Amino acid sequence: MYKIVKRDQIADNIFEYWINAPHVTKNGCAGQFVVIRIDEHGERIPLTISGIRGDDVRIVFMAVGKTTQQLAALQEGESIQDIAGPLGTPSEVKKWGRCAVIGGGVGIACLPILARELREAGNEVTGIIGARNEGLLLLEDELRNACDELVICTDDGSKGHHGFPADILKEKVAAKELDAVWIIGPAIMMKITSMATLNTGIKTFVSLNPIMVDGTGMCGSCRVTIGGETKFACVDGPEFDAHQVDWDELMNRQRTYTGQEKESLEHYHEHKCRCGDH
Amino acid sequence: MNRRPVEERLRDFNEVATGLSKESAVLEAKRCMGCPKPLCVDGCPVSIDIPGFINAIAEEDFRKASRIVKADNMLPAICGRVCPQEAQCQGTCILGKKGKPVRIGDLERFVADWERENGVEAPETAPTTGKHVAIVGSGPAGITAASECLRAGHEVTIFESLHEAGGVLTYGIPAFRMPKGIVKFEIDQVLALGAELKLNHIVGRSVAVDELLAYDAVFIGTGAGLPYFMGIEGENYGGVYSANEFLTRVNLMHADKFPEYDTPIIRGSRVAVVGGGNVAMDSARVARRLGAKVYLIYRRREDDLPARAEEIENAVQEGVEFVCCANPTKILGGPEVQGIECNRMDMCELDESGRPIPRPCTGVDSTFTLDVDVVIEAIGQGPNPLLAGLIPDLKRGRRGNIEVDEDGRTSIPHVFAGGDIATGAATVIWAMGSAKKAAASINKMLSEN
Repeated sequence: MYKIVKRDQIADNIFEYWINAPHVTKNGCAGQFVVIRIDEHGERIPLTISGIRGDDVRIVFMAVGKTTQQLAALQEGESIQDIAGPLGTPSEVKKWGRCAVIGGGVGIACLPILARELREAGNEVTGIIGARNEGLLLLEDELRNACDELVICTDDGSKGHHGFPADILKEKVAAKELDAVWIIGPAIMMKITSMATLNTGIKTFVSLNPIMVDGTGMCGSCRVTIGGETKFACVDGPEFDAHQVDWDELMNRQRTYTGQEKESLEHYHEHKCRCGDH
Repeated sequence: MNRRPVEERLRDFNEVATGLSKESAVLEAKRCMGCPKPLCVDGCPVSIDIPGFINAIAEEDFRKASRIVKADNMLPAICGRVCPQEAQCQGTCILGKKGKPVRIGDLERFVADWERENGVEAPETAPTTGKHVAIVGSGPAGITAASECLRAGHEVTIFESLHEAGGVLTYGIPAFRMPKGIVKFEIDQVLALGAELKLNHIVGRSVAVDELLAYDAVFIGTGAGLPYFMGIEGENYGGVYSANEFLTRVNLMHADKFPEYDTPIIRGSRVAVVGGGNVAMDSARVARRLGAKVYLIYRRREDDLPARAEEIENAVQEGVEFVCCANPTKILGGPEVQGIECNRMDMCELDESGRPIPRPCTGVDSTFTLDVDVVIEAIGQGPNPLLAGLIPDLKRGRRGNIEVDEDGRTSIPHVFAGGDIATGAATVIWAMGSAKKAAASINKMLSEN
């Protein structure tokens, strides 16, 4: 069992957990992920490593489906059954020069650890984060500390730039201010944002989040097409060259279980009511 | 072996084969001729004293029979169920030349089941040596190597990347063939000898390579966990599974009990399984239990199917429809599977192994389409490349397997390997046999320095 040593709600429906898992933190790096299973009946879900502090690993998630809602219902001091990791290939941290780390929604949570590693490697780092509204922005102060510069965007203009991170990225690209870019967020956001660096020669990484089971290359559930070749996101990724990704296929595969996910959530709420739980 | 009626077994995942009663086991044991040079032992990859334990059954001394089996094999209930006995011990039984061979596999299973019900006797272990062995992977190879090293008195730490031990026994082989309670029971017997089991640990990630190499000896048994895909159009549509994924969802994650368990699966009303080995049979029979009409598509003729005869028979009984001499060329649909297009195959000249080489037919009627909504590819697995790829100086074969000599030694002096990662995809017992050899080398090395 792995203990939740700290639990915070950090934005509307978004939660930050620190979980005690020395085997994950010992060698974990930016760009890697963990697979968790809440209990005996739980599914295995991948979550990106958002931070490491001593023996504790941070995960940040939005409570949308059954598993994330159940996770959100756990309290500080409670435990989850399993956490495996670190999994996946670390981010390609080296001296690039000027880097931008761009986050959308919950993807923002993956940026501070990456920004810090990039700066330690001697890069100048600009953070660009976007959310639908101010209430969905997260880890802003932490990220400001981790970056040389931070730009905030909201779709509704409630804070910072009224628009998308892609707008800011386009400006930076036009001003020839970048050597490498990371974009982490929902698939559609990564697809659209990465167009800003197409044919510019700027290395652009995205962190893909397909459906996974084991996370160790054993099942092939997370296969994605990169430059016409099938890759397993869990071991070959999860970070890939944005301009080589078959985005439509990724998004189709992400929707494979939409019906079952709804059923699972309904079953969970029905069951909670019957138990008089929470 | 007696089997449960088809209508009954398609409704659940309980074991199909029911096992021998005490009386029939004793009768069967009495058929053994006690050959002075028993060929059955040569046929067994772990060299169990087969006449010895069968003789003990005939004398109705089941405790003694169990001791004899476990001297060479700590996983008898597993082997008694999933070994291809017809090609090994039973295949060489002298009685099989003119009539029926002794049912050695069923007798092994009987002994193991008897011991489980009548109290387990732990095997003797040597005094502790203070040497520490790391075992990577808790499948048949890892568990076997662990038990051998534990019995030699070494400390053992087993690393497993999943949340349950057992490897392919847990995620791959369905419960109707290998009940999960039995897997757990036998693994627990090995752990009870003093092994430390670290679940959720991925060696090469959670445990760095230099930490691993710091152990006095290392055994790598990471298996054949890399699924192959056919490489045809439509393979990434929703509803196309590798057998590994399909079986893992059901066996390990209990997707058959969704939504009681959270892991979903597309059950499919019509399912195509591609392949002809035991994994294909397992996938087809699981899909039948999930309620689908199932086609099993195989390139060669029914006679050439590589699966065990018993598993083919079970699949036929359970209503799996065999579509032989056919090779898939395209998966239809998008984004979900709607069908599979196949090419009929001609059987031409024989290859080196004596099997016919399938060649695609041409001309009219050479292709056909099956309407299916799920496709499961069971065309084989390669060695899991994750760890081996991270260890510099570890010599690997062309297909990514770890190269070992006949004693399980790798190119690094204190690192050994066994099971599918070394030999390529094979059977449970072959994995155990190679692990046993590697463990013997480890024990020899550690006793010398």
